[in-house]
Amino acid sequence: MDQFVINLIFVGASFALYIGIAIWARAGSTSDFYAASRGVNPIVNGAATAADWMSAASFISMAGLIAFVGYGNSTFLMGWTGGYVILALLLAPYLRKFGRFTVPDFIGDRFYSQTARLVAVISLLVMSITYVIGQMTGAGVAFSRFLEVDNTTGLLIAAGVVFIYAVLGGMKGITYTQLAQYCVLIVAYTIPAIFISLQLTGNPLPQLGLFSTHTESGQPLLQTLNEVLVELGFNDYTGMHAPQNTLNMVLFTLSLMIGTAGLPHVIIRFFTVPKVADARTSAGWALVFIALLYTVAPAVGAMARLNIITTIYPDGVQEQPLAYADRPDWMRNWEQTGLLAFEDKNGDGFIQYYNEANPPAFAEELGWEGNEMVTFNQDILVLANPEIAQLPGWVIGLIAAGGLAAALSTAAGLLLAISSAVSHDLIKNMINPGISEKGELLAARISMAFAIALATYLGLNPPGFAAQVVALAFGLAASSLFPALMMGIFSKKMNSAGAIAGMIVGLGSTVLYIFTYLGWFFIPGTNMLPNTPDNWLFGISPLSFGAVGAALNFAAAYIVNKATGDAPAEIQELVEGIRVPKGAAGAVDH
Amino acid sequence: MSDKSTDDYWKANVRVITICMVIWALVSFGFGIVFRPLLSGIPIGGTDLGFWFAQQGSMLTFIVLIFYYRWYMNGLDREYGVEE
Repeated sequence: MDQFVINLIFVGASFALYIGIAIWARAGSTSDFYAASRGVNPIVNGAATAADWMSAASFISMAGLIAFVGYGNSTFLMGWTGGYVILALLLAPYLRKFGRFTVPDFIGDRFYSQTARLVAVISLLVMSITYVIGQMTGAGVAFSRFLEVDNTTGLLIAAGVVFIYAVLGGMKGITYTQLAQYCVLIVAYTIPAIFISLQLTGNPLPQLGLFSTHTESGQPLLQTLNEVLVELGFNDYTGMHAPQNTLNMVLFTLSLMIGTAGLPHVIIRFFTVPKVADARTSAGWALVFIALLYTVAPAVGAMARLNIITTIYPDGVQEQPLAYADRPDWMRNWEQTGLLAFEDKNGDGFIQYYNEANPPAFAEELGWEGNEMVTFNQDILVLANPEIAQLPGWVIGLIAAGGLAAALSTAAGLLLAISSAVSHDLIKNMINPGISEKGELLAARISMAFAIALATYLGLNPPGFAAQVVALAFGLAASSLFPALMMGIFSKKMNSAGAIAGMIVGLGSTVLYIFTYLGWFFIPGTNMLPNTPDNWLFGISPLSFGAVGAALNFAAAYIVNKATGDAPAEIQELVEGIRVPKGAAGAVDH
Repeated sequence: MSDKSTDDYWKANVRVITICMVIWALVSFGFGIVFRPLLSGIPIGGTDLGFWFAQQGSMLTFIVLIFYYRWYMNGLDREYGVEE
């Protein structure tokens, strides 16, 4: 059967499943719409959280990020999983006990201030909207690669499917589609990984295969990889290399961790479980489901990198490389997309792949005149994995459905965070408190439809800075929302002035630092200092600044709180109430 | 429930959180990054223990930490009679 037809069947079947779930899980009340009536089983919520969290970037780009840097990018693995420990221990159980629907709900009530609520809503909207652009473009790319439709059509189909289950079902529809999407994406990710691990090491578990003996060379896989990389003039895989250094690795990992814990679309998932104890359980399962992919990703990265090198140099790096005419089918397929490109610089008909900035001693002697694999997009690693491992066509269909599942599940979670901030925090809590239950549900559905339209528009016309903005989203979450949430729970005396000052200082300093080096609103040429390590304050990269912004937030809040007196007694009582599980209500409204 | 026991419950909670967060920092920032040179003498499959912690061990430890905390707190909730 034609590969296109197989892909169509897999993607079509998965979409039919999502729409079927949407019809089954229609929302009848605001509690359904915002929090799935708090009736979600904690393990189901764990899987939904994992799908919510793992975006197109996790699914498609993570292995490539690690493959081409090696040890230095372990920061992503530790950062994006370590945040769940913070969520489980410091935030989720207490926010669930508080029993509201949104993150600004907590900040507004705990700090008894509409200003605090508004600052939280603005932070939420900025980070969620920027984040959702990447998901929509990711879905468009997956469509155009696997279904041979153009980008725009692909994006519109994706938006249409999200529209059906998000507008109809709200959180309830999203939760159960995310469960299905998790199953699709994890199966799609692990099957090719298992086969590659078996082929290279004989060990079916990629997590163990990464540290096993490479069957062909008879020595550890990572040692073989290091040796061939160094021979070709690349950095070795397991070492730390400039511009990465210990300080930035620590700060970047910490920024990703606390950024993860402060992302509203992740936090609201914990409002859907019945009890406080379930929130703890659910965070544990979420991390189990996430780690299933995140512990496999570094193995996929290292093995795919080695696979590519041994494909090009079948007899060793100093012997005759692969002839261009003999290249395997997967290379031919991906050359058509432009994501992979060769250029025969010395006209010998063979492919020489090496680091031309640091050429090996034998390069000149062998007549090499430059690296001939001129383009290798890191996203190919995961998408072409089944072809590289020579797996059957249905595995490729599965990868297509998996990539789309990862993009759509994250987009839906973000869209819900955006629409509930508008209908619940802005309309119900600030503009029109007298709105009826029915009116609010309608407002929620209309906000959702608007959010999808906006995300689709931005996905079709992505601002040039979309990629950098994801880093900004983590910086914002780390420096604004996370400290406010944590102080709201762990410091009874923290008052509204302190929290507002903290959020503004944290947010302001992080945005300022990022714009100083990356340009105002990321417009090229407007940066005030060149973005190079010797210009960075204390050598801190703009991407790592979220952790510093959070520290400034805590410091500012503490000082202002000391100067303006403690929070009123009834607020301190409220905080004591959220610290114990007993008495959490089912679906509380104001 | 008296205020005294609420205080004790919260103190016990903060204590277990502190212990877990110290381990959290130790396996990731510690073993995975800052102390990696100290662990370079312990080989694991072609590299060293620090690399393993950075790409596998820290994540596995995080899972254990969350389930340990869950188990401990469920016990504490019952002991103080504050479970739902």
